[in-house]
Amino acid sequence: MQEIKAAIEAAVPGAGVEFVSNPGPAAEHSLRLAPASAVAVATFLRDDADLALDFLSNVTGIDWPDKEIAEKVKVTRQVTKTVDGVEQPVEETVEETRKRVEPGCLEAVYHLYSVAKKHGPLVIRMKTANRTDQVELPSLTPVWRSAEFQEREVFDLYGIVFTGHPDLRRLLMWEGFKDHPMRRDYVEPDDYEYEPTPHDHVLARAREHKSGD
Amino acid sequence: MNAVETKSERLDGWNRPPVIAPDGEGELLEVAMGPHHPSTHGVFRMDLALDGERVVRLKPVFGYLHRNHEKIAEQASYLASMPYTDRLDYICSLTNNWAYALAVEKLAGQEVPERAQYIRVILGELTRIQNHASSIGFLIQEMGASGTPLMYAFKEREKILDLFESLTGSRMMCNYMRFGGCRVDVSAAWLEATRKVVAGLPQFVEEFETLLSSNEILMARCQGVGILKPGLAVNAGVTGPMLRASGVDYDIRKVDHYGIYDRFKFRVPLGDHGDVYDRYMVRILEIRESIKIVEQALKEIPGGPIMDPKAKIRGFRPKPGEAYGRIEAPKGELGFYLISDGGPNPYRYRVRPPSLINLTVLEDMCLGSNVADVVLIFGSVDIVLGEVDR
Repeated sequence: MQEIKAAIEAAVPGAGVEFVSNPGPAAEHSLRLAPASAVAVATFLRDDADLALDFLSNVTGIDWPDKEIAEKVKVTRQVTKTVDGVEQPVEETVEETRKRVEPGCLEAVYHLYSVAKKHGPLVIRMKTANRTDQVELPSLTPVWRSAEFQEREVFDLYGIVFTGHPDLRRLLMWEGFKDHPMRRDYVEPDDYEYEPTPHDHVLARAREHKSGD
Repeated sequence: MNAVETKSERLDGWNRPPVIAPDGEGELLEVAMGPHHPSTHGVFRMDLALDGERVVRLKPVFGYLHRNHEKIAEQASYLASMPYTDRLDYICSLTNNWAYALAVEKLAGQEVPERAQYIRVILGELTRIQNHASSIGFLIQEMGASGTPLMYAFKEREKILDLFESLTGSRMMCNYMRFGGCRVDVSAAWLEATRKVVAGLPQFVEEFETLLSSNEILMARCQGVGILKPGLAVNAGVTGPMLRASGVDYDIRKVDHYGIYDRFKFRVPLGDHGDVYDRYMVRILEIRESIKIVEQALKEIPGGPIMDPKAKIRGFRPKPGEAYGRIEAPKGELGFYLISDGGPNPYRYRVRPPSLINLTVLEDMCLGSNVADVVLIFGSVDIVLGEVDR
């Protein structure tokens, strides 16, 4: 993995590749690409004679919501205390709980294999700046066609906008649907299939009739 | 939440200007094939633009069967998703179970006992045989040979489904594999019955091939239709029999040696034209190879436990981390990508559906061909909508 990282950095200057370790037993570590150079790096990974990662198997999104982290911090401060009947300033150390919010992001993960060399997987990932207005990532569809539908799916369900995608539309949800159902803070509407019909007043009268009186 | 403005709102299909034919003469005929077209295996739509009988544009429309399987799985425990994986590709529930179990075992670092591995191979290959047989049957059915070839295939499939039923209690929704093994042990009587069924299979393939392979109409309709070049196939992530029919030697059973596939002798059939006929032929040959694998596995199956004694059924919480497990399912590479945050349900659960990704090249294969061949090319991809839409 470190060799691949070095090879990328040698081929694409200023690539900004970051090693992400996987603590689980599978130990499939991954590389995080900077969105700015991702297409260049992906092209290198595909075309390099040794790596030859010509097969993009899986594309998926992950939602990391804003995380509130509570930390205990030791704080030293001056307090006035009465000691032996005399008021005097004393230093005191107290434990305080401080809360900070770690900003969330959306992540796209790609699993690469090589059909020519029969090795893999190499996992690469990209992060958006935040979850609300800066959700653009470069599309890797021009490099691997297999990302075409899968990136559309990630756009649909997570809301990552892939710039450079030839046909970025919703894949599974219908046109005109708002929101992105796979996000962790998604709230299902009470009745998302409700549409006003010309017969609404008839239904209302029927309900009135049923209720008696 | 601030919903990002979707591009789909801007691309409003209803107000689109009429499509003009490429040569500038007249309008193209726009046809919506599906969602209730008999050849679409359920609910799938292709928006076609036709110039006479020739296809000049084809856009698949998905989502009629979407139920957000991944979200449901993220809200349930690991084991609770196992029966739901049956419903992805409902023709081959056992390979779905296997892929999911494999991914979770990778995530949690679990071992699978020898006997369970053999059972998995036997069931996985039987699943492949019945999937390929019935998918060929459907293909021929769509070509117009109504009934007979499909019933030949279903006759054999029925025997295999009976075996599944006597072992798992269900014909199609088997819910059989567990993390670290299998749910129930196979009996000697079941193995004997399987041997009997497998012994009859070569004769069935012989008969099926005599009926079909050199049939004049089948050759006329299938040869040279829907050609897929190997370069595009690899780049577009096409897997399974479709990829091998284009002549690319890539079988995950040979590449990853997951389970115990390195112990069996079998060959990987390859096509060289990449047309519908090659896809048909590769499937027939794969049935033959699968029969060989099942025969070997039935001969060598050892005794012993079927579950890893250390496997936890209740309170199963894998350590934080992620894993991607994949198998060679009958339709292509079926993968599960799981992220654990140490909790009882997966933080992220992703299915890599071969049926959906194999459809990426549907337009490329259909462009320029006759509209009647679209049904055939689509049938030769072999998809199940339960897996495409999830």
